[in-house]
Amino acid sequence: MTAIGKIWERFAWERAVVPLVILVAWEAVSRSGLLPAALLPPPTVVLHAWGDWVFGFDETAQANSGRWFADALSSAMRVAAGYAIAAASGILLGIAIGWWRWVERTVEPTIQMLRPVPPVSWIPVAIIWFGIANKPAIFLVFLGAFFPILMNTIHGVKTADRNLIRAAAMMGATEQQLLRHVVFPAALPSIFAGLRIGIGAAWMLTVTAEMVAVKSGLGYVLWDSYYFLRYDLVLAAMASIGLLGYATDGLIKLLMSVALHWQHGSTLQSREG
Amino acid sequence: MASIEMKNITKIFRDAKRKRDLLAIDDVSLSVEPNQFLCLLGSSGCGKSTLLNMIAGFEKPTGGSVTVGGKPVDGPGADRGMVFQQANLMPWLPVWENVAFHLRLKGWRKADRRAAAQEYIDMVGLRGFENHFPAELSGGMSQRVGIARALLLNPQVILMDEPFAALDAQTKMDMQEELVAIWQKQRCTIVFVTHSVDEALVLGTQVAVLTSRPGRVRELIDLDLPRPRDITSQQFNDHKRHILNLIREEGMQQRKETKPDSVAASRQGAAA
Repeated sequence: MTAIGKIWERFAWERAVVPLVILVAWEAVSRSGLLPAALLPPPTVVLHAWGDWVFGFDETAQANSGRWFADALSSAMRVAAGYAIAAASGILLGIAIGWWRWVERTVEPTIQMLRPVPPVSWIPVAIIWFGIANKPAIFLVFLGAFFPILMNTIHGVKTADRNLIRAAAMMGATEQQLLRHVVFPAALPSIFAGLRIGIGAAWMLTVTAEMVAVKSGLGYVLWDSYYFLRYDLVLAAMASIGLLGYATDGLIKLLMSVALHWQHGSTLQSREG
Repeated sequence: MASIEMKNITKIFRDAKRKRDLLAIDDVSLSVEPNQFLCLLGSSGCGKSTLLNMIAGFEKPTGGSVTVGGKPVDGPGADRGMVFQQANLMPWLPVWENVAFHLRLKGWRKADRRAAAQEYIDMVGLRGFENHFPAELSGGMSQRVGIARALLLNPQVILMDEPFAALDAQTKMDMQEELVAIWQKQRCTIVFVTHSVDEALVLGTQVAVLTSRPGRVRELIDLDLPRPRDITSQQFNDHKRHILNLIREEGMQQRKETKPDSVAASRQGAAA
């Protein structure tokens, strides 16, 4: 077998098989005429519209033609901003809640009451507070990503091995040093679990945020295309968000495998076969 | 001046489930001279680890006082080294970073930490494993890292809480030998908790035999056996027989004391 064949076999085949089966089945169903073609456009049509949205070759995507990168970038910037704020505040507050009982007692009840409130229901107040621009969208993304990061950080801190803390205390660690050199690294596997759930939640909220509050981005194109019954673009926007979410999750996984490389060999990573 | 001074230590634990106080340690006084190797020998639950934790500063006595180098103990600190039953290494740090953890806390630069750690890594025989992570080490190697980490503090006092209990017999013997060699070289005071009579007799210059519930010092034995200790010698076995007799007597006495009580308790239970 050639080298390229081997690489194909090792990386692409297993990953591509499920999407391929779905695409073929979808193409067959939509070409069979069970549903009006406009409401379930086949993948080839979606791909065509998507291609024009990205490269702008024949105006299939009309006003959106050739604007994909700008849309993707503005969505990605909102996700990045909201997610960064959520990660920083979620990790810091999570460590504080996990470590100090008085912080837990004073802050946690409020947080647990805010947590079940759906981020969507914040839209009216977000618009009043932040106006119609990037800020309310960033705020919604923040809300989506914040709680999973916070909860997982708290869990990570609370389950840190207290014997490690005793060992560090015996070597003269101050409380601040314990937090930095023991508690934080000990909680890092949980923190990364939260970060991965959080990035998914962040992308999930882009559509909601861009539906109402802003006039750009993948979510905006999705909602706008729905008004004009451009289901090919709706599906292309969904696929775009999915792909970008997958890519950012991949980045976090990469970061995780670097930061947690010490876990290799001590944990069940994934079993072969 | 004694290195470690424990005066009239008592410890009462509150047993929340049975709603009564439990006298765990009853009036223990021990003083350890510099460069001694004291073994605290007793069965599980006799309070030997509690005594050690008081010297470490993790626990406070209910009554009495503990001083190390003349200063009262008021918390854990780097003037005493501690080796735990489990090595308690930071799993995210390689061997050399674990050994030099104290220097990391003191803000030393990486290159300096690395250089300082090497001496102690060599001392415990781990050259070549500097960059391994704890998960890649055997139990014996992990304990060596724990010992190197304690030695790097250059403490006057090293506290050891059954550090070899989880090791296989061969590794345990090797480690005991090496520990004695290190102790002779470093000139420090060691307090070593164990439940093994052999281990206490192989290691200690003194053995404190503790009784259970409440913990008391039954007898403090000075050992002047030549080193390396021959565990098949007449003298060694005389000491061993003597200690085993103490333990046996203690056990019989305890059973005598607790039996009528437990019978009465079970009768009460039946009546209720």
